[in-house]
Amino acid sequence: MEFPLISFVIVPLLMLLGLWLARTINQIRGVMVAGSSILLVLAVALTYCYLSARSAGVQDEMLFTSDMAWYAPLHINLTLGVDGISVAMLLLSAIIVFTGTFASWQMKLQTKEFFLWFTFLSLGVFGFFISIDLFAMFMFYEVALIPMYLLIGVWGSGHKEYSAMKLTLMLMGASAFLLLGILGIYFFTGAQSMNLVEIANHLHMDPKMQNIFFPMTFVGFGVLGALFPFHTWSPDGHASAPTAVSMLHAGVLMKLGGYGCFRIAMYLMPEGAAQWGGVFLVLTTIGVVYGAFSACVQTDLKYINAYSSVSHCSLVLFALLMTNYTACTGAILQMLSHGLMTALFFALIGMIYGRTHTRDVYKLAGLMKIMPFLSVGYVIAGLANLGLPGLSGFIAEMTIFVGAFSNPDTFSRTCTIIATTSIVITAVYILRLVGKILYGEVENKEYLKLTDATWDERFAVICLIFCVAGLGMAPLWIGNMIQGSVEPIVNVITSSL
Amino acid sequence: MDYSQFLNMKEELSLMVVIAIVLLYDIIAGDKRKQTMTPVVIALMVFHTAFTLVPSQAYSIFGGMYTHTPMMSIVKAILNLGVIIVFLQADIWLRREDTKIRAGEFYELILCTLLGMYMMIGAGHFLMFYIGLETASIPMAALVAFDKYRHHSAEAGAKYILTAMFSSALLIFGLSLVYGSCGSLYFDDVTYTVFSGGPMAICALVLFISGMGFKLSLVPFHLWTADVYQGAPTNVTSYLSVISKGAAAFAFMTILVKAFPELVDQWQTALYILIVLSITIANLFAIRQQDLKRFMAFSSISQAGYIMLGVIGGNALGMTSLVYYVLVYIVANLAIFGVINIVEQRSGKLEFSDYNGFYQTNPKLTFIITLALFSLGGIPPFAGFFSKFFIFASAVEQGYVWLVFIALLNTIIALYYYLRLVKAMYILPNETPIATFRSDACTRVSLAICLIGIIGFGLVSAIYDCINAYSYGL
Repeated sequence: MEFPLISFVIVPLLMLLGLWLARTINQIRGVMVAGSSILLVLAVALTYCYLSARSAGVQDEMLFTSDMAWYAPLHINLTLGVDGISVAMLLLSAIIVFTGTFASWQMKLQTKEFFLWFTFLSLGVFGFFISIDLFAMFMFYEVALIPMYLLIGVWGSGHKEYSAMKLTLMLMGASAFLLLGILGIYFFTGAQSMNLVEIANHLHMDPKMQNIFFPMTFVGFGVLGALFPFHTWSPDGHASAPTAVSMLHAGVLMKLGGYGCFRIAMYLMPEGAAQWGGVFLVLTTIGVVYGAFSACVQTDLKYINAYSSVSHCSLVLFALLMTNYTACTGAILQMLSHGLMTALFFALIGMIYGRTHTRDVYKLAGLMKIMPFLSVGYVIAGLANLGLPGLSGFIAEMTIFVGAFSNPDTFSRTCTIIATTSIVITAVYILRLVGKILYGEVENKEYLKLTDATWDERFAVICLIFCVAGLGMAPLWIGNMIQGSVEPIVNVITSSL
Repeated sequence: MDYSQFLNMKEELSLMVVIAIVLLYDIIAGDKRKQTMTPVVIALMVFHTAFTLVPSQAYSIFGGMYTHTPMMSIVKAILNLGVIIVFLQADIWLRREDTKIRAGEFYELILCTLLGMYMMIGAGHFLMFYIGLETASIPMAALVAFDKYRHHSAEAGAKYILTAMFSSALLIFGLSLVYGSCGSLYFDDVTYTVFSGGPMAICALVLFISGMGFKLSLVPFHLWTADVYQGAPTNVTSYLSVISKGAAAFAFMTILVKAFPELVDQWQTALYILIVLSITIANLFAIRQQDLKRFMAFSSISQAGYIMLGVIGGNALGMTSLVYYVLVYIVANLAIFGVINIVEQRSGKLEFSDYNGFYQTNPKLTFIITLALFSLGGIPPFAGFFSKFFIFASAVEQGYVWLVFIALLNTIIALYYYLRLVKAMYILPNETPIATFRSDACTRVSLAICLIGIIGFGLVSAIYDCINAYSYGL
């Protein structure tokens, strides 16, 4: 069976064209809804094709591959292909882009430009997940970064200029490390291929060189994956970004970091990973706990969620560094789960902020009486965040901690035990938050005039809740799909130990 | 003497024909006809460029005095493209009352410098190279001082000619040392004579590099750049920042590779230091600039540092990357200068803060300038990303990992100041923004060419492949 993966890039390009030609706000919305629906349908169809190909017994590591020569002197090809991990990520991205469109339905200021950059951003994300060529991945990765500057700078709130600049410069700084890492991988494996499957399986890099380039590549992607202490762009950036951008950024873009760490840094430089694993494990453990503690003391709804994201994304990296099947599968599940629930969170916060014009915890109270729909959504997102069974967070965190604890050495177990405390801390801040802003008496009488969600907002929220609950109730099919693709990668990583 | 050898210099001859026609047209045509000067010159240049691109063999004539390789045709064609864009952008300026009568001179002077650059590129002998360099420099001083009644322009002209003379003096002193140690100035003889590491040879190399450093405005030989860029008429600045830099960089590389292969360790060390200094210091200075032309001056100094990354390896990949980088740099920089120029002509504004709120009044020009800045900053999918990637790759291939690391860290600083302009245009409010205006047709055509280049040169690999097919190294 064949699947035209390139359509994930072509559809956003057509959307860009459509948006450019669109004149009225309805045309713009039409283009966005049509385009993001097509992307969603494509992602679902891809998942179906992938699963049926696997159940038919296809064993290749990458499916639906296509190859197109691009810059031959440097062996740069536009090589496309997907495995279970990228299929899951594409599905996630499509859901977030789709719901993000509805979450920014009311966007009034320069709507066309907003959606142009938003689509450009999603083009980068989709391109990243379908590529298996180092250069193409890096290119799409950077394509996804730069629109953030304008999206936050123009349409954001609060200290938007500062946040936008900080985010852009930190992520671009990371990509400087990354670029060097990629050049290192290419030249020190003999400058024969940029295809990462080929490099991983046929070429070998001198362990000394791996020790230099692994930390560069890992940090390069790790910054986007909120690796402590390089996570500081994330709270500011997320707090200032407009709703849909926060959703896409926390929901999908931060996953690019974890995905890249796993797919490029660890997969291609296993000896480097073994050498440096301990250092990064300590950093991620700190990130998990520190993020959760920081969330406890924040008073801005978006900051709380941003620090919570730091904690959860560090958990992804933490699990990946444990390098066993269960933990790595858990890491990918956590990416999915966190992507969905954090998008839900940011969508709800954006909707609440749009009504109350404040995100200060001390100024909000009793929202359950005023906007029951949004409040119930908020409770569900919160429960998913603290890992209530039946919602997606539980599945992911359970898998991670079981997997991590199965590593027999004391060091890993100590880290695991420390990281596990984050579950409790998460419960503290989520429950306190829900109690403070949703229940109790309405303090500000002005708020009594506020209305509940409109249809477009309800639609976005319901879609996301459906996905969060779906992943929590029926995780097995997607878990198996991911594990099937995690195994060959983990085999490569562990075989060199 | 066999005069038929001149026929081999087809690019130079064709350019001289163009110069002659422009000169005659300028003299003979009446005032009304002069209105059509730009289309005539552009048409001639297009023919000339097409002629340049006619495939040719590598050869050397006049006993090695003048050499030609297919790569040089490509470089010359790239320079021609840049000149065409500059001419298109200059049209509106040359129609101004005070410059109208001198329009012809502008074209002639620019074409003369271009001829000088051709000779620099094609030289096989140091004196030939020196003559080319001077032909490229002296008319340039006249161009810088073109708006002579504006105080800054005359001052810039004086500064330019003095530094140019000083650097030429250094260069020719270096060349005399080369002659002293080798007894010949032919590149081939210099290569094959024992020229390995004596103090005189090293002195010669250092003086040569310093002389070229002035032309390329590498730190610490950059002190003239900002003043001259600011004082010169904007179109001349744009010409100075891309074309003359590109030509000098390519000539520099061919000479280092052809004449100094024995001293490769020494010039690589020297370049290492120059690159680090140029990129870092220019970037730090660019952050604080308030005048757009000074800002672009420091940006172009740091870009020159990046271009030198292609030279330092001395490898074939480096030459490809260098030529490709120059091409991409030409379109991106000229797009920005095109907008700066039209804004200056229409409103007289040149300050950073004038551009606050530019997006509200002129969204299309803002869009072009944004893409060009992204390209200069190395953001995909614009061509600048590809050219930076390739130039870094060529340096890493030669093992310059830490140099590339420093250069990469500098791209972040560069991105910061490029984004400052983006921020000014999109985000910062302004009570008196630059009024909405329509650009003239020539500027629009030139910006369209630049835009196609910025988007297309990277995504379409054919251009890179074509350059790569003819490149060579140590």
